[in-house]
Amino acid sequence: MNALDFSVVVDALPFLWKGLQFSLLLTAVAFVAGLVLGTGLALVQHLQVPVLAQLAKGYVALIRSIPLIMVLFWFFFLVPLIAGWMFNNGRPMPVGGVLTAFLTFSLFEAAYYSEIIRVGLRSVGKGQYEAADALSLSTLQTYRHIILPQVFRVTSPIILSQTIILFQDTSLVYVLSLTDLVGAASKVAQLNGRLVEMYLTVAAVYLVICTSASQLVAVLRKRTRIATNR
Amino acid sequence: MFDVLFQPAIDGQLYIQWLLSGLMWTLLLAVGGWWIAFAIGVLVGVGRTSRNRAVALAARLYVEVFRNIPVLVQMFLWYFVLPELLPTGLGDRIKQMPPPWGAFFPALACLGLYTAARIAEQVRAGIEALPAGQDEAAAALGLSPWAARRHIIVPQALRLIVPSLTSEVMGIYKNTSVALTIGLLELTAQARQISEATFQTFGAFAAATIIYLLLALVAYRLMLWIDRRFQIPGSAPARKARRLPILRRGGAL
Repeated sequence: MNALDFSVVVDALPFLWKGLQFSLLLTAVAFVAGLVLGTGLALVQHLQVPVLAQLAKGYVALIRSIPLIMVLFWFFFLVPLIAGWMFNNGRPMPVGGVLTAFLTFSLFEAAYYSEIIRVGLRSVGKGQYEAADALSLSTLQTYRHIILPQVFRVTSPIILSQTIILFQDTSLVYVLSLTDLVGAASKVAQLNGRLVEMYLTVAAVYLVICTSASQLVAVLRKRTRIATNR
Repeated sequence: MFDVLFQPAIDGQLYIQWLLSGLMWTLLLAVGGWWIAFAIGVLVGVGRTSRNRAVALAARLYVEVFRNIPVLVQMFLWYFVLPELLPTGLGDRIKQMPPPWGAFFPALACLGLYTAARIAEQVRAGIEALPAGQDEAAAALGLSPWAARRHIIVPQALRLIVPSLTSEVMGIYKNTSVALTIGLLELTAQARQISEATFQTFGAFAAATIIYLLLALVAYRLMLWIDRRFQIPGSAPARKARRLPILRRGGAL
């Protein structure tokens, strides 16, 4: 065993930082897009919109049953075909791994967020709907102003825990050879042969970020408890 | 669509045999990893609720470390880093293991210990959900803390958490696909190989996806059966309240 030499990590820091920025950006985009889409998926199921509700249910069950790497491969294969069919007269259009990653993670996370929100929707008391009805609010207004704010409040700790998992999952873009934190580390490691130092550093970075984030979630969990329970 | 599966590959086998061999490694990894995860998970989960400060702290450290590093990175630590950190002789022995096993054992350790951290948290939640009277009654009967846990607390806690363990079972079989990054030819890797060899990407991926869906169905049914079989008598009406933890996701994939 060779002596550990972490100076190679210091040299690679700017490159690793770029990789981490990509991981964080991917997490942020997938969080926003996934939450919006996921809320939509949950609402069509909750409102029992014909056809759409069944489609949403099937989509969520499908995505939650197959590994993320398989989903990434599917999108990497399908997105150029679909894009070509839409914009390029049916000829496959190269889309690139980065865009594929953003798309995949947004659509993949939507399935997981939608399950959280669907359960959150069920936890809102019947009286809330009746009161909104009595105030003659429209369905849209009821959900926008009465129901969804409560749902997000109740589910926020679970949504954030899920987002920490999402941040960890973004490391799997490694299989598309993208340069996220792990990708950056492995590219440097291939050049200088310092696998041990590079991967230990990456593990430490993830450990610090995710541990601090989950401490924050624990604090939030205590704070968001709605004081007056139904 | 699936006719590609019945064409011969360069090694003389049919492509479907590639897929089935991938399925075998996926199952071996998932089932083997599960038992490691369950055994360590229960121990660490009990440790989390120990009154002994040192034990509780050690258990907490275990959970934080293994839960807060991505599975992919842990996979690399087991495969690339660990053999370098061990004494040279032992490290070389690990590196020289014949092909499938050289990737299989690190993957097994990785998935087992990662999932154990998640199971430990479920076990802890189960123990904390039990009424304090259980502990007090055990003490009143003169049971030692160890005996109380062994005979009274853990058996009840495990039966309580079966629904939330379902998502961990689903998690571990999905996480097996991460092993392809260290060269194990499990199901996803084989699907990709077939696609690269034949350009029949759709058929290859669809076949693998259907197998994963069937696995999910089997896992779900099995856990439902276990839940019914071992349900604490008289506790059925309380089941609805326990739905939420199912959602906590079983890991990366």
